[in-house]
Amino acid sequence: MTDELFVVEDLTVTLPTSRGPVDVVKDVSFTVGRDDTLGIVGESGSGKSMTALAVLGLLPPGARTSGSVRLDGRELLGQSEGELRSVRGNAISMVFQDPLSSLNPYYTVGLQIEEGYRAHRGGSKRAARQVAIEAMERVRIPDAARRVDDYPHQFSGGQRQRIMIAMALCCSPSLLIADEPTTALDVTVQAQILELLAELQTQTGTGLIFITHDLAVISSIARRVLVMCAGDPVEYGTAEQVFSDPRHEYTRTLLDAVPRIDDEVML
Amino acid sequence: MTRYVIGRLGGVVVILLAVCLFTYLIFFKLSPDPAVMICGKTCTPDRIDSIRDVLGLNQPLLTQFWEFLRGIVAGRDYGTVHCSAPCLGYSFQTNESVWNMLTTRLPVSITVAVGAAVLWLLAGVAGGLISAIKQGTWWDRSAMALALTGVSVPNYVLALVLQYVLVVKLQVLPFPAAPAFADNPVLWFESYLMPWTVLAVGYACLYARLTRANVIDTLAENFLRTARAKGLSRPLILRRHALRPALTPITTIFGMDFAGLLGGALITETVFGLNGIGKLAADSIAKNDQPVIMAVTLLAAFFVVVGNVVVDLVYTALDPRVRVTSS
Ligand SMILES: Nc1ncnc2c1ncn2[C@@H]1O[C@H](COP(=O)(O)OP(=O)(O)OP(=O)(O)O)[C@@H](O)[C@H]1O
Ligand SMILES: [Mg+2]
Repeated sequence: MTDELFVVEDLTVTLPTSRGPVDVVKDVSFTVGRDDTLGIVGESGSGKSMTALAVLGLLPPGARTSGSVRLDGRELLGQSEGELRSVRGNAISMVFQDPLSSLNPYYTVGLQIEEGYRAHRGGSKRAARQVAIEAMERVRIPDAARRVDDYPHQFSGGQRQRIMIAMALCCSPSLLIADEPTTALDVTVQAQILELLAELQTQTGTGLIFITHDLAVISSIARRVLVMCAGDPVEYGTAEQVFSDPRHEYTRTLLDAVPRIDDEVML
Repeated sequence: MTRYVIGRLGGVVVILLAVCLFTYLIFFKLSPDPAVMICGKTCTPDRIDSIRDVLGLNQPLLTQFWEFLRGIVAGRDYGTVHCSAPCLGYSFQTNESVWNMLTTRLPVSITVAVGAAVLWLLAGVAGGLISAIKQGTWWDRSAMALALTGVSVPNYVLALVLQYVLVVKLQVLPFPAAPAFADNPVLWFESYLMPWTVLAVGYACLYARLTRANVIDTLAENFLRTARAKGLSRPLILRRHALRPALTPITTIFGMDFAGLLGGALITETVFGLNGIGKLAADSIAKNDQPVIMAVTLLAAFFVVVGNVVVDLVYTALDPRVRVTSS
């Protein structure tokens, strides 16, 4: 397993609360290979986002972590802020749930893509702008050369998420973490974004961690699945294993909650 | 955009006219007879009549108001005296042209307002920003406790304490004399230092609390998490992503506060004996000098109303979300 791109071992995240420290992620382990997709599922509050944020050192103040997180064999957990900064948006990128609030309303989308690129690659403003336009074209924003100077509120929800993806991919990361990237979007747009992610992944070979509470989405995109429940990793295996032969009671409950097509016909 | 501006300026004129009429009614209709006041103690009915005639007090109220407005735009004649535009009449007390009184005193009020604004913006915004970044530390707690105290200290108390300590006891500052800047820059600065400080303290405390709250709110925004996830440096995140959203709403409040001050800082100017619009207002009210009261009220209204428009335009330029919908 030494050639795995991304390895998480026994990751535990402890957050301070008014009732003392709470383990919101407990002994989670998984691996993601190159060109591989891991799905993390679990209901709200099960610790999916905290797992993702821990990887980049973006946890709330006061959080403690233990275990190991390695990218290409390089340990990330407990690294200095400076070390982590060189990884964020560069080797590992993240796309968040709500694209409108995740973009700064005061700046053009172009600037917000450029600044990430320049933080890691440097170079002139003009070169970065060209990168931003190309990144927007790659996620199929029509008329990108003009729209690069527009503000986030001038785009549709789906377009905003495409811009977030463009932003995340502009430094060609080896791992992309998408934390419920389609939850805030309506169903047809969801499908388009999923398609786009899958397509970009085949083009770039980026490893993908896809976080969702929607099992239907997971089954269409992920090769391996991690099921979380209240911070515990309750099931981990290939998608076929987990869906055809769920070993854990909790996974079965989740699977039962997925609406079937024949259910919809009944309506 | 141009249409928007023209519309707003039209609104300004309407509001100012309304303020004019209202002030006119209050001060010329409900106050004691100006003719009797001007005439003084040794007065004959004949003289009162001729004064009324010169001031146009025998005409219907609306005609008088119209004459007043026309005087501002085109000038007017009082008997044989011509009052050239913009004519706001003459003081009942000193017979000085009210327009001249305003223009000689306005620079003092502007100096007071600008100096105080610079002080309170620097102190308030910097203090609030540091507090927000060091949220929960002893610095934050003591700064905010100080700010709470500062807001509640009345201006005149602060002014008197400062004067007593700095001028009377320690003698490090002269008593404010407000000389022209060109004559004696050092004395000019020393004279204004206390008024600036007194005015600035309250605002600075208020702005520190506002800035702190806004910055803390902004630091919790999702787009800040995005900025960190992009690998931007902390100074860049603060400067670009936190400061601008946090400070933009403060510009609005600042514009209104500053415009209000241009109309005269009544207490501060009076306590420090500065001949600004505020002191003029206080004096004219004490002596019921109606043309002056009228002019001072109008001037204050003018600054507030125009300030409002300027603030909206500036906000439109600062916030892209507003920019698009208004054009
Ligand atoms: N700042 C915080 N301080 C303390 N506890 C927190 C904080 N943020 C989240 N939590 C807790 O951590 C746990 C895990 O939260 P997390 O955001 O990882 O859930 P999630 O699986 O991403 O849920 P969702 O699907 O709603 O996004 C939750 O129980 C939550 O209450
Ligand atoms: Mg989450």
